[in-house]
Amino acid sequence: MIDVLYFAWLRERIGLPKERVQTSAATVADLVEELKAREERYAVAFADLAAVRVALDQELAEFDAPLAGVREVAFFPPMTGG
Amino acid sequence: MRVRVQAEPFDFGAECGAFAAGRRDAGAVVTFAGIVRDDGGLARMELEHYPGMTEKALERIAAEAMRRWSLVDCLVIHRHGPLMPGETIMMVATAAPHRADAFAAAEFLMDYLKSRAPFWKKEFGADGAAWVAAKDADEQALDRWSED
Repeated sequence: MIDVLYFAWLRERIGLPKERVQTSAATVADLVEELKAREERYAVAFADLAAVRVALDQELAEFDAPLAGVREVAFFPPMTGG
Repeated sequence: MRVRVQAEPFDFGAECGAFAAGRRDAGAVVTFAGIVRDDGGLARMELEHYPGMTEKALERIAAEAMRRWSLVDCLVIHRHGPLMPGETIMMVATAAPHRADAFAAAEFLMDYLKSRAPFWKKEFGADGAAWVAAKDADEQALDRWSED
């Protein structure tokens, strides 16, 4: 089981901030494909991955990063702090 | 070095005064405040963040500034939650023996926390609500700090 978090417009499009996901995905990209296949709202949210960033256990990562040992995956748009 | 992430407003003047007070090791203190700007029609802003990662990211950015320049101290305060036009969103302060380091480190902190700290701005106006899009220029601003 892995905790998956969504922020900003990803949270709004998917309709929840956090869920526990049972997955055997090897990489972030595999997890995204699993989620997209689930329901239309995920497919919409992840339609343009160039607009999505990912963090693994609160560290920025790439979509080809492995999920082995990861407890928390977060998806969000490019950051706009400051 | 100190990092604070909070919903509550803070007193920019008081924070600057406290940061600068009693220093004998720093000849230069630079401070910066980010204010909610109303470009016309902004009613309010919501600043979402990623609790846990936000603090870690800001601490890493502050530690990197301390490593790169000879700072004696730095401070980052960043708010989240609802914000009205004119309110102070965030501030950075740097203290160094000489001003060049204090200015450069403050700019570095600003450039990095704009696109590497997990905050997202949503603006609410008469036409509805919209997430603020990241600017290419903000990403490009990081290039000048490349150590390669």
